[in-house]
Amino acid sequence: MSDELKPIIEALIFASPDPLTLKTLFRLLDEEPPEDVERALEALQADYDARGGLQMVQVAGGYQICTRPEFHEWVRRLFHEHSKQRLSVQALETLAVIAYKQPITGPEIAEIRGVNTSAVVGTLLERQLVKVVGRRPVVGRPFLYATTREFLNRFGLSDLGDLPKVEEMAEALGMEVPLGLATPGPATESLPFEDASEVPEDPETTPPEQVH
Amino acid sequence: MSDLPIPAHDFESVLEDYPIKLEHFEGPLDLLLHLIRKNEVDIYDIPILPITKQYLEYLDLMQEFDLDAAGEFLVMAATLIHIKARMLVPRLEQETEEEADTEDPRDVLVQRLIEHQTYKAAAELLHDRETVRSAQWGRPDERITGIAGAPFEREFEADLFGLLQAFEAVLKRARERLGVEVPGEAVSIETRTRQLMERLSETEACGFDDLFDGAHSRGDLITTFLALLEMIRLKLIRVFQSGTLGPIRVYLCGRPQGTPPTKEAGDRSQETGESRKNASKPD
Repeated sequence: MSDELKPIIEALIFASPDPLTLKTLFRLLDEEPPEDVERALEALQADYDARGGLQMVQVAGGYQICTRPEFHEWVRRLFHEHSKQRLSVQALETLAVIAYKQPITGPEIAEIRGVNTSAVVGTLLERQLVKVVGRRPVVGRPFLYATTREFLNRFGLSDLGDLPKVEEMAEALGMEVPLGLATPGPATESLPFEDASEVPEDPETTPPEQVH
Repeated sequence: MSDLPIPAHDFESVLEDYPIKLEHFEGPLDLLLHLIRKNEVDIYDIPILPITKQYLEYLDLMQEFDLDAAGEFLVMAATLIHIKARMLVPRLEQETEEEADTEDPRDVLVQRLIEHQTYKAAAELLHDRETVRSAQWGRPDERITGIAGAPFEREFEADLFGLLQAFEAVLKRARERLGVEVPGEAVSIETRTRQLMERLSETEACGFDDLFDGAHSRGDLITTFLALLEMIRLKLIRVFQSGTLGPIRVYLCGRPQGTPPTKEAGDRSQETGESRKNASKPD
């Protein structure tokens, strides 16, 4: 069974414009037992691990077939330009705070960063790297921000548990990092608005599960 | 609580190091981390006096350059001075109260600095991941704007300088070609404008040089050039140039088909490099 499934799954992953989630795979192949799909997927992964120019990666909660980064210089020649708009250092650092502390409010981000960050958060919202997931029930009811699927995709993370670990940071810094400081919350858990009726119409307040 | 490990005068002034690059620090925490690193002091045992001194020096500079930027930095300056004051007080009472040493007024600040530093490290690691990820090419990829085999030139609206330069080249070529000048019938700019409009309406776009083909004298060339300038002013035509010294093409305005790239689209693509629409070009 798995022998037939493997090429089908490969074709599906290849043709999908976005990383193909396991859930979607199950849905597309609903006549097959999920265990078989998973087994075929594993076999496919093994195939790709042994392959030359292409690899199968797990990113943003799904599977994707892409070129190996070591051939970047060659693949790049194929295209005129590819440079994504780079994020400023400030945007990257703010994004890191949100990624590890999510869900987090604007004032809380500013407190950690020591500077006003509303403009940067606006940029991150615009780039769809973060989204509003609710409001904190405190004075002013500030918005709570969390990272998006696009964030995972852009940084090649399969989920939030895939964020750089505290140990990696300690190594990069060459010093110990206090525990509990940089541990991300539960993976992509969405926080509902405590009262949806009070939330103003805002494109950013769409449910986090929605694929943009 | 330790004494200052290094006397204040041993610290070099920040003023010499950073005379202009003020925007380098995004916030007070960044500046403090920089000062700590520069002075090679222990983050858990910050010599508050010299660091505060340097911090304030920097702040003075900053205010000289940009008053607005100093708001958040001033809050930190106040915090530093407050810590300094608190550190002085227990020292006077130390003999009577041993427990004064148990709590370091710097603790809160140190925690914030370490947290900030951690996020900076995290941001760097994330950036590394981003770099690797951007080197993985999937399909279809939104980053693709064109295949390298089919080159396209991006055109921008030509400026007066470009036009003059092109006209100069036309005159130079004409000098070799025309030889003896035969005084002919002088054509008015209005007539030339009409002729040019007629000619342009036949084609989608015309090379700038080609418009001078029929001219039989230097004066005639100048008439054509003046007519072109007038037409640009009246927005009858638009001129686009690919590259600084590239060929100039003349388009009639308001053509329904094969319209030249709009100036806005061209400008945006130059700024962001993200606009994907401008891959299409008139040709």
